[in-house]
Amino acid sequence: MAVAHNQDANTTPSNIAKLKTPHKGTSLWADAWRRLRRNRLAIIGAIIILINILMAIFAPQLAPKYYATQVLVDNDTAPYWVTRVFPSMVTVEEGGYVRINNDYLLGADNLGRDLWSRIIYGSQVSLLVAFIGPLFAALIGITVGLVAGYFGGWIDNLLMRIVDTMYAFPTLLLVILLMAFFRASVAQPEPGSFAFNVAQIDQRMGGMLFVFMGIGMTSWMNLARLVRGQILSVREKEYIEAARSLGVGTRGIMFRHMLPNILGTIIIAETLTIPTYISYEAFLSFIGLGVNPPVPSWGAMISEGSSSISTYPNQAIFPAIALFLVMFAFNFLGDGLRDALDPRMRGVD
Amino acid sequence: MGRFLIRRFLWMFVVLFVVSVITFVLMRLVPGGPFNNSERGVPEAVRRNIEAKYGLDQPLLNQYLKYIGDIVLPRITDETWRRSLTEDYLINIDLPFLGEDAAFRWMNFGPSLRNRSRTVNMIFTDNLPISFQLGLAAMTVAMAIGIPAGIISALRRNTWVDYTGMGIAIVGVSIPVIIMGPILQYTFAVNLGIFRPTGWGTLDTMILPSFALGFAQSALLARLTRASLLQVMNEDYIRTARAKGLSERMVILFHALKNSLIPVVTVLGPLFAALLTGTFVTETIFGVPGMGRYFVTSVLNRDYPVIMGTILLYAFCLVLANTIVDIVYAWLDPRIRYD
Repeated sequence: MAVAHNQDANTTPSNIAKLKTPHKGTSLWADAWRRLRRNRLAIIGAIIILINILMAIFAPQLAPKYYATQVLVDNDTAPYWVTRVFPSMVTVEEGGYVRINNDYLLGADNLGRDLWSRIIYGSQVSLLVAFIGPLFAALIGITVGLVAGYFGGWIDNLLMRIVDTMYAFPTLLLVILLMAFFRASVAQPEPGSFAFNVAQIDQRMGGMLFVFMGIGMTSWMNLARLVRGQILSVREKEYIEAARSLGVGTRGIMFRHMLPNILGTIIIAETLTIPTYISYEAFLSFIGLGVNPPVPSWGAMISEGSSSISTYPNQAIFPAIALFLVMFAFNFLGDGLRDALDPRMRGVD
Repeated sequence: MGRFLIRRFLWMFVVLFVVSVITFVLMRLVPGGPFNNSERGVPEAVRRNIEAKYGLDQPLLNQYLKYIGDIVLPRITDETWRRSLTEDYLINIDLPFLGEDAAFRWMNFGPSLRNRSRTVNMIFTDNLPISFQLGLAAMTVAMAIGIPAGIISALRRNTWVDYTGMGIAIVGVSIPVIIMGPILQYTFAVNLGIFRPTGWGTLDTMILPSFALGFAQSALLARLTRASLLQVMNEDYIRTARAKGLSERMVILFHALKNSLIPVVTVLGPLFAALLTGTFVTETIFGVPGMGRYFVTSVLNRDYPVIMGTILLYAFCLVLANTIVDIVYAWLDPRIRYD
């Protein structure tokens, strides 16, 4: 009883306050923006992402060194403050093994590359994954969901059974297999062929095209189910009937009338999955199937660093913190967006 | 209920069949083969001979049928059997009443093409239990932390307990194993020296990887449990239970908890599946000798039987977990229809 009573006491005054304020016509987006601004954690998330975007864009200006620049004599050196943060890193002066070099803000890796510069450049990879990764998944997921929900019947049945089967695949294993497939298929292509062109694009993107494709092809199923459910619920709405009676064709109804109405839900769902995409990329780079070295990916940096975690913890911990901050930011922003765009879903996972 | 079960199990095998076909095709589409890597300089004729020995020169359909046949079709033999590279069964049951050497033998996953002198079954029996242990340990961690945390947060809603718990949960969701791993290793193994950073088999090596893998999932479970319990607490039957004078403790224990755990139970299947495949990353970081290492190298080496075997086995676990969840779900919630 106590719980229910408290809840009433909490909500009632604010409800009354709401009723008293004169009604102002606000659009869905303006309303959502107002709610989002009040969510402090979501704003912190947005700021972190913004800083990250700026870091990615101005990486050549911000980074003290180029990400691939190696100064081999400086390998595994660390600035003085890092050895204070990590007590296990005992400096040479104190009878340990860590050489001090204050030119590097966070230290240098085992090839003598500046960790800080590599983290700055690494933000490009993780942000590209965050924003382009979902596009591949959305392309497949939305198409499948739209077609299944709109046409129904045996098409729906078939597509949903395909989705079920995809769920049975161990995703990580499938991604590994797909990545090997992509990489090997374009290993030695003939110039001018399709494979050659794809390989060229992938090369220019530092190996990211295949990462996008691999992630997209294995993570579209949730979205397909979501879109199908949404389409089923709007399919029988009056405005669809109205559009149909006005003579709008199938494509028009799908893309002009149905899709815009479910777009909010799709955006929320995709924002909430961005951290998953980022961690996929990090994992793929971690096992060596992600971006091509020396392009810095935080996942690859963690992987390289964790092999010397007991001697040079800074090489793994700093990229791990960077990755954590970005995932954390996207999680908070996603939660905030969900609460802002769809208050009914507040607190429901 | 009977028909529902039969349908679910039949569907399971359809799914596994499709998974096996897709994996087989995809795997064989990857250029290169297990025996033609140039650095070892195998002469063309030798390579052909080795491939013929393992049946790789046969038409693809025949290879597929033979592979699946070896796994699916059981054999009852009374011949003296010696384990060999091409004949190694996962399940061997002696049938003494049929003859001295008679036995029921089932599931031959074939030889490993790159780890010579080892069969896929040997890899399974040596390494899979370790991956399973890790997955189960992580699941225990996830449930032991997540469910109580969710219940406490829901019961102390909008207090500092709730805010702290959910704050930790949202941070926890943002920490994948590759972040958690190095941080745990550094803090507890290198710095404090309580546990060992890598290895498997003893308590001081098992806790860190289990925790690293299970923590993110415990955060998910906590959020789900909290949301579900809050929703249930607003239901009419909770009001009825209170109205008939039950103490708050009885209401929560006997009416709210059981119903609020239904959504939690449904995610346990996918959760275990996620943990089981998630062990791949954890194994790499913590040097756990499980299946993860074998799978990645087998893909890079085109070790077909190992790739197929691993994917099929994991897919089987996934499908089985989901099917069990469906059945438990239907059993827990009588409102769900079986058709």
